[in-house]
Order: sequence, then structure tokens, then C-alpha cells
Amino acid sequence: MLTFTIRRLLISIPTLLFISLVIFLLLNLAPNDPMAQVPLTVPPEVKEKMREALGLGQPLYIQFAKWLMQFFWIEPQVLVDHYFGTTFSEGDLRVISWQTRSPVMDIVIQRIPQTLWVVGMSYVVGILIALPIGIYSAYRHYSVFDQAGTFITMIGYSIPPFFTGPLVIVIFAVQLGWLPSTYDTLHQVIDWDSFVVQLQQMVLPVMVLALQTTAQISRYMRASMLDNLNQDYVRTARAKGLSEWTVVMVHVLRNSMIPVVTVIALGLPAIFGGAIITEQIFKVNGIGQQLIGAIYANDLPTVQTLTFIFAFLIVFFNLIADILYGLLDPRIRYD
Amino acid sequence: MKIKSLMMGAVAACAFAPASFAERGSDGNVSIIYWQAPSILNPYLSGGTKDIESSSLVIEPLGRFDQTGAMVAYLAEEIPTVANGGVSEDLTSITWTLKSGLVWSDGSAVTAADVKFTAEYCMHPEGGCAQLAKFDGVTSVDVVDDLTVKVSFNQPKPNPYGPFVGGQTPIIQKAQFENCMGAAAPNCTDENFGPIGTGPFVVTEFRPNDVIQMEANDNYRDASKPAFATLTFKGGGDAMAAGRAVMETGEFDYAWNLQLAPDVIAKMKEGGKGTPISGFGALVERLEMNMTDPSPDLDADTRATRKAPHPFLSDINVRKALSMAIDRPLLVEIGYGPAGRPTCDLVPAPAIYATGNTDCLTQDIAGANALLDEAGWARGGDGIRAKDGVRLSILYQTSTNAVRQDFQALIKEWWGQIGVETELRNLNASVFFGGDPGSPDTFQKFYADVEMYANVFDGTDPQAYLAAYRCGNEPKPESQWQGENINRFCDPEYDKMIDEMARTSDINRRGELGRMMQSMLTNQSYTIVPLVDRGRISAHANSLGGVVLNTFDSELWNVADWYRID
Amino acid sequence: MTNTAEPLPQQPARSKWRDVWDQFSKHKGALIGGIIFFTIVLLVMVGPWVWPFEANEVNIRLRNQNPSWAHPFGTDQLGRDTFARMIAGGQTSISVGIAAMALSLTLGTLIGVAAGYYRRLDGFLMRFTDLFLSLPILPVLLVMMLLFREPLSEAYGPENGMFVLIVVSIGITSWMPTARIVRGDVIALKEREFVLAARSIGTKDRQIILRHILPNVLSPILVSATLGIANAIITESALSFLGLGFPPDFPTWGRLLNDAVNYLQLYPERVLWPGLAISLTVLSINYLGDGLRDAMDPRIRGR
Repeated sequence: MLTFTIRRLLISIPTLLFISLVIFLLLNLAPNDPMAQVPLTVPPEVKEKMREALGLGQPLYIQFAKWLMQFFWIEPQVLVDHYFGTTFSEGDLRVISWQTRSPVMDIVIQRIPQTLWVVGMSYVVGILIALPIGIYSAYRHYSVFDQAGTFITMIGYSIPPFFTGPLVIVIFAVQLGWLPSTYDTLHQVIDWDSFVVQLQQMVLPVMVLALQTTAQISRYMRASMLDNLNQDYVRTARAKGLSEWTVVMVHVLRNSMIPVVTVIALGLPAIFGGAIITEQIFKVNGIGQQLIGAIYANDLPTVQTLTFIFAFLIVFFNLIADILYGLLDPRIRYD
Repeated sequence: MKIKSLMMGAVAACAFAPASFAERGSDGNVSIIYWQAPSILNPYLSGGTKDIESSSLVIEPLGRFDQTGAMVAYLAEEIPTVANGGVSEDLTSITWTLKSGLVWSDGSAVTAADVKFTAEYCMHPEGGCAQLAKFDGVTSVDVVDDLTVKVSFNQPKPNPYGPFVGGQTPIIQKAQFENCMGAAAPNCTDENFGPIGTGPFVVTEFRPNDVIQMEANDNYRDASKPAFATLTFKGGGDAMAAGRAVMETGEFDYAWNLQLAPDVIAKMKEGGKGTPISGFGALVERLEMNMTDPSPDLDADTRATRKAPHPFLSDINVRKALSMAIDRPLLVEIGYGPAGRPTCDLVPAPAIYATGNTDCLTQDIAGANALLDEAGWARGGDGIRAKDGVRLSILYQTSTNAVRQDFQALIKEWWGQIGVETELRNLNASVFFGGDPGSPDTFQKFYADVEMYANVFDGTDPQAYLAAYRCGNEPKPESQWQGENINRFCDPEYDKMIDEMARTSDINRRGELGRMMQSMLTNQSYTIVPLVDRGRISAHANSLGGVVLNTFDSELWNVADWYRID
Repeated sequence: MTNTAEPLPQQPARSKWRDVWDQFSKHKGALIGGIIFFTIVLLVMVGPWVWPFEANEVNIRLRNQNPSWAHPFGTDQLGRDTFARMIAGGQTSISVGIAAMALSLTLGTLIGVAAGYYRRLDGFLMRFTDLFLSLPILPVLLVMMLLFREPLSEAYGPENGMFVLIVVSIGITSWMPTARIVRGDVIALKEREFVLAARSIGTKDRQIILRHILPNVLSPILVSATLGIANAIITESALSFLGLGFPPDFPTWGRLLNDAVNYLQLYPERVLWPGLAISLTVLSINYLGDGLRDAMDPRIRGR
């Protein structure tokens, strides 16, 4: 397992470099213009000058090399400087956003808290609800609980957040007036009362997002449990006189986790990726909103940096999933 | 929502105005929501409206336009004119005098050197300044004394109010931005996010594309203003959510630019927490007719260039019939309500440039049909008109936006009634309005027969706006598809008038020229078919007083006068 | 499931499929799901021939009507009949949903099985999947529109060209989860006793995959299929919303839902219809899938 992990980690490096190159080429091929959001009242010659000032006239390979250098050499130095008070990065040009003319990583760091609070929490809530529903639905196959669970989760999945978002706002913020419709990113949790406020502003976005997660994970959980519940080993275990709880929650569950682990591992990078539509509706302004805003404004350095961070997380969590497969089912061998 | 009730709101606001003479910071916090979030507080590095308007809370120009389009002095003692000697007789220079005793929010004095520096900052060749066009023709900016600065132009400027007037060109502090010139501009994150200004508020925290926290400027020139101690400027979401947050949940005090269907806004108003306000400028939603052939069969150097005239839109009768078939009042009713007016003018404001032409306001399907019959466009078996094998089949494109798609559906229906077939296309706004020469879908490239969008000019002088339609200024392959003459209109008579306008300072003659020029584009040639004079609709909380909606300058121009109604 | 390549004795093969059908038709959920699904399909296919209004017929005097006998679902802000738009929208949404789901499922299953079964391919295919997972979707779509819209609309006409483009865009941006889930299952199955047994008696890889592996990964595939249809219908609406989808006079359920969200408080029924239609379709396909899965599983069958 260890050699496998090390080999995979080494392979990840060229993979990630290749992915970053593909992303770079893709972004440059896309028909977009950082000047699209500048009003039409600004004449074309001025826009051309602004493009030049952004370094758009340079050949592609120089732009790419610059980004690589800034992201892999200068940004780590900035991090070191930040923690140890050194001055390695002084005077070096960091990855600068075209929209805000400020370092991209500073904005990412500014936005991680709200993204983790909202999207991360929704994921935790979603998993916590989904697993019991999935397990019990499979165990009581075709019971009323199973039918109701299927019905609600499928409806939850087929109704998109662009509808559920405004719906819960109209119900809970406008009609009932219980919860805010806007997420205050400046809010700081310092005591119990401010924590309650934080919870209140999180409820609606978390609810909308958790609906999707719950539906997805509970469906895979249920299907996988069903596959295993009728296997021979379950009969053997029961025949051995093991308690029903042990049979289901230890033997069956462990063998049913592989697809669920895959789905969860696929979803984890998305937590850092934020949730574009939901973040926008509730004005959470996390990483998802940063990415979509940057794509609209064709802020290539920001898009490139963010997508690369996601690529890294995707590769990393997939590796974790592969390692987990081996732990869940010792028969799986990669070497 | 009726215009009357809007008027009542305005009257009420005026009636309460005297109550505002309270002391600075007595009214607590005011919160503003813009559904586009500001990215930077330096309008010279970003032309975006959201950035210009948010920075107008902090940095101010010498003079601004008020809600009627008239100029008012801000940092200047008065607006220089030829009459008061501020503008030279030959119109080649303008001399501004600063108010005395002005200080920046850090306590240092505002001097003429700051004004001169602002011009140098924007005119730096490597800076990529978004407002460079405002400084067009400026040869030098000279400090006469501490409070006086003289701007010289390379030729007589009938409108010398380009630099330092309006939210686009505020004065920035020399001491702060001195090391941020040209290529160094992007390194100045702190400066760009927290400019030191003379405005009523000072930035305390700026989170790009998210939220700005401000507090009252202790050194603001009017000791009793602003009434609010702090200001929160939140960005993000959409127009719907912003309107809801002001008028239904009451979480915010002011929401900007609510581009929503009129019945949706009326419903929001029933929430009882806020009031929509609207005002008109010169923003006109129009159909642009392509005078050149956009057919994909042509090679790339010929397609949509003046080398290939349009197969049927080059016939004025077709263009006229297309315009006659449109019911503009109905478009307004459905798409804009009180925030729109049907118009036949390209420049509906200021009044001196508007023709006030009303010929196009009544829909005339029968007339359009007759006109096409007469011109020899006969209906074929499928009901579509054709002449010499050319079918009246139109590709009609616009950006993606709910109101625009409704307009497309309606206009397609009307054109169907006069025997014109229409294919609709909507494009992603960031592609459509972007200038990527590699994309076939930009509005400049115009690979369609008709396209629809809105445009306007800064301030109150349409000279540059009308000059866009000069022969040769069209987007073409040689110019990397950059250019403002979107229709590829070309008329030597028109070009002569552009030149004359550039020389003329007499306001009446300028008005006359403006009216003649826009007539040539609209009701004489139907190259541009104006549809709706689009107003701005914003909303403020019922507890917020002093709001005066201004469409000629930043909407937040008079934020210092806002106050809380108890 | 194709199982025809093999010269099996006729008798037992037929009875197996008969068993499957028997089990399937006894499955109440599957039956109801099937009936609802075919009703919806029938309605949207036949509807335009029967229904007196057209989806794009503007009637400005009759705008914003509440449901009535003439317009059972009411009319929209331009006076277009909502029922007619639902029918027209259903045609597009269901065909996009099914076609895109089929494409993404085929791609995902192929890649997942290949990566899970053949270790040589695993590294490359999974890194390829990682690449696709990391690409930002919007720029990918913009590039696809840029490169293929004009050629496709010339070849197939603007609407069919767009259909192909949208199905392919959704398909190639959504196969990755299926691939990873299938691969995960295949890796585990490959080490199970029955696969080892099959291999030890010299069964060819092809046979092992078709007879032993695929039937056992059917349930996650079917879950992916139901979730995939919902996803495709909604993604299509997101594309229209971004101006990357069908022409604006081309209603789809997703777009109807999207347009209606602004009128949530004024005309709540307008969001109800498309929301209901999407949910019903997805639910009925889900139950169909459940029934199919149970019917295919010899251990559940006959229980």
C-alpha cells in the first residue's frame, strides 16, 4: 500500500502539470474578453490599451510560464514569509487577478471561511442524514419508510437550487421573517449570541445544498446495501448467530461502502469549490462565487489558479478513496 | 406601481428634508446592496459601473452632473464657463479653482498638485487607464497656484468637461498613489482597495467582489454630514434578491438597478418596506440593422464587412417596414413599466439633442405590408416575402436576459405578420459584449442581420457617441473587429456634420446638428431602430430619506445627504 | 443487457428473460412508474397534434391568465399557453435528458469497467477522469459552442445542431462520477470468488465482464441513470440561462422553471408545472430502474 501511495503521489505531479496546461489552453481558446464588463461607453482603443496593461499581448507560452513561476515558486514563498516573518517574496510579482488587481490567493484565503461554513456544513449534514436513510431504506426494502424516503429524495434531487433557493427565501425570510436572506460575510462569531446569528444565516443555504447531497448519497447507499443484503456471507453471518445489528452495521455496511466512499470523495473537492448557484442566491460570496465571477469577467489568472487548486484536491481525494477501498476490502490489491 | 406614487414618494422625501440637519453619524448604519459586487475602488483601473459608483462614496471629482443633467461643483469652487472666465475664449483651456480649506480624509490639504497628478496617473502610457477617453486631447495640466489648475487641449473643445467631471474621473491623492503609476498599478492593492478621498465615507474594510465596510469621514467638508456613522456596501446575488432584500425583508436600505418585470416590482412593493424609484437618462434599447452581409458562405475577409452589402436590409423599405411593425408602447408595458418610455430617438436626452419624433410610436402592420408590397417583396407560398430569390429571413440576436427574450418573441411575432421570417438567438453576455476577435458571437462582429442591445453616453454631451457612426469606424478584420460603427453606416454628409460639431461651441447649433445627425441614423434611414428609452429603477427603504436618483452620474452621488426617517 | 453473443441453449435463455419480465411486471412501483413515464412521453409526443394552441403563439390580450378551461395551466407574460409550452418543453427536455444520460452512462461505464478490470489502463484512464473532473465547465462549453455551433447548425439545421451539441456537452461533462463509481465496484468484484472461479476455468475477459461483472454493477449504474436524467434536464436549463442553450423561442422544462422563478410570488402555479413535470419524470424513471434492478437480480427474483 505504501509503495502504491508513493507511486501515485509521484505520478500526480506530471498529471497536475498536464492538467494545468490543458486548463490554460482551454481558457485561452474560450471566446471571452476581460473587457466584456467594461461599459460600451469606453471606446475600443482604450480597451485595447487596458488589455495590453494586463499582459494579454504576450505569447501564450510566456503567459503560462509566468503563471507556473508565480504559483509554484513565489506563492509558497509568500506563505513562508507570512508564517515565519521572512522576506523571500519581497518585490516578486504574485498571481494577480485582472478584476481586482490584487493577489488571487489573498482573496481565496479571505473566502475559505464562509465556503467551509456553508458548503462544508451542508455536506456534513447531508451525509449524516443520507447514510441512515439509505441503510434503513435498504434494510426495510419497499416499506413505507423506503417509499417515502425515495419519494422525497428524488423530488429533492430533481428540483434545482435555483428554484429551492428563492422558494425558501420567500417562505422563511419574506413570509415568516424568521431567517435572513443574505449571508453577512463580515459577521464574526465571538460569543453565544453571535454564534446563534451565524447559525441563523447558515440555515437556508445549508438546507438547500444538503437536499442535493442527501438525495445523491442516500440513493447510492441504498442500492449498494440492497446488493449486499442478499449475499451468501450475510446468510452465513446470520446462521452463525450474530446479532442483526452486527450483521447489518458491520458486515453489510462495510461491504456496501465502496460506491458511497467514491461518491463522497468525488464531492469533497466540491466543498472547496463552493456551490455556485446557492452561494449567489444567498450572497455567501465564497469560492464558488469567486470562480463564476472570474469566469464571467474572463479573469484568467483567477480562473486558472482556482481550477488548479480544485484539480489538486480532486487528484488528492481520489487517491484517498483508492486507499480506503483497500482498507474496506482487503482483497483489493494495487501492487 | 404607478408613476404617480413614485412622484408622491419624491415629494414626501423633499418635505422631510429639513429633518436631515442633524449631526454627523447620528443615524447609525446604512446598508446598500448592488447585485454586481465591486472589485476595486479605483475607477481608473476598472470601467465597471459597480466600481465607479462604490468608489464615488470615497473619492470625488471637481464637478458632477445632478439628476437633471446640469453640472454642479463638488471639489471646485464653481463650474468654469466662458462667461465666468474659467474657459478660455478659444475653448482650448479650462481653469478649475478648488474650494479652499478642503482636506483629505487623512487630514492633509487637497491641492492643485493632486489634480495634476490624477491626470498624469490616468494618462500614463503603460497604465491601461479605463477613463483615458475622458482625457482625450489634453496636452497639459498645469498647477497655477495651490488651488488653481489649468487644463489645456490640443484643439478647441466645445465640451471641456471631460476630465475631472463625473464619477468616472475623481481626484485621487498624490501622496498615496505616487508610486502606483503605469506598470506599478497592480502592485498597489492597498491603495486600490482603500483610496484616501474627500467623500463622506472612508473605507474600513474592503473584500473584493463581496462587501465594503465604511465609516463617516471625520474630515468631510460639511460638519453635519453624513448622517450615518457607518455604511455597509454588499455585492452579489441578482436583481430579484436585491429588490427583495430592500422591499420585502427590509434587510437593506438601498438596492441598485432592479432590471425586473414591472409586475414583479409592483408585487415587491406590496412588501411595504421599501419604494422603487426611477429616473431617465439617455440609455436606449435599440435594434441595430446590419448594412453588410453576414452570410456564413462568404469568406472571413468579406463576411459582415462593407465589401458585401446586405442582400435585403440594404433596402430602406425593408428596414422601415420592420420598424413600423413594432408596437413600442406594448414593449415598454411588458418589459419596463414605469422604468421605460417608447422612443424613436437615439439620443432622447438632454432635451436639446432630442428630436421628439413620435412617428414610430404607433404600430402599423398594414402600412408595413403595403410598403413591402409596393417595394416588390411578394409573399411566397409559405407566407414569407421574397424578391429576386432573396427571402426576408432574419437572424435576430441579443444577449441573454429575460426581458430581451420576451422582446425577441414579440418582435418575431410582429415580423411574422408582415411576412418576415425570424430566427432568434441569444448569446452569453460576456461573449456578446466581449471583443474577442476569435469569437463569431460578439456584437461587433455582427454575424446576424439584426441585433438588440442598449447603449448610452457618459454625462450630457453626445458628440463622441454620434461620432461613432463615421465611415471607416466600423469593426472590420483589419481593425481586429474593433470599432463602434456597429451597423457599418456610411454617409459622407454625416461625416461632415461630425466634423462641424467638433468645431462648434454654440449650444443651439450643436443641438441642431445632434438632431439632424440622429435623424439620419433613425427615421431617415432606419439604420438604427430605437425601441425603448430605458430608465433606471432602484429602490430604497421607506426609512431612508434624501435619496435622489441620478442617471447622469453615480447613483450614490448625494449619499452625504441621506438620512434615517424615524 | 446484451447477452446474445453466446450460443446458449435456447430453452433456459428464454425462460430467464421470461423470469425477468414476470418479476418486473409484479413490481408495483415499476409498473406505476412505467405507466406514468409512458403517459408523459405519449402526452408530449401526441400533444402538439391535438392541442389547439402552439407553444410560441403570442396573444398579448390573454397574458398572465390564471388556469381556466381554455388554458388549463394558464398563460405566461406574453399570453402564450403554458400547457402548450409544457408539451413542447417536455419533448426537448425528455429527449435531451435521456440522450445525454445514455451518452454519459455509456462513457462512464466503459471507462469505469476498463479502468477497474484492466490494471494497465487504470492509471491512464483515471488520470484522464481527473482531468475532466477538474476542467471548469463553463469555458469548456464556450469552447465547444465556438468550435462546433456553426458547422453543426449547417449540417443539421439550427435546432437539431443545437440538440446534438447540448447532448454531447452534457454527456461529456457528466460521465466522470459514473466512471469512478463503476471502477470502484469493479476493483472489488474482480477479487471476488466467483470471478476468480470463472477466470480459473479459462473464461475470456469479455465473458467475465459481460456475465459476471456488469450484472453486479447494475445497481449503481441505474442510480446514476436516474440521477443523470434529472441532472441533464437541469443542466440544459442552466445552459439556456447562460445563453449557451437552445434558441430563446424553444421552450424546455428547465427554462420554463427558470423563467417562472421570478414570478414565484405572483403566479406560483407557473413554477409548479415544470417542477412537477421534472420530478414526476425522474421519479417514474427511478421506479422503473428499481423494478429493472430487482428483476435482473436472481437473488431477489422469486423472493
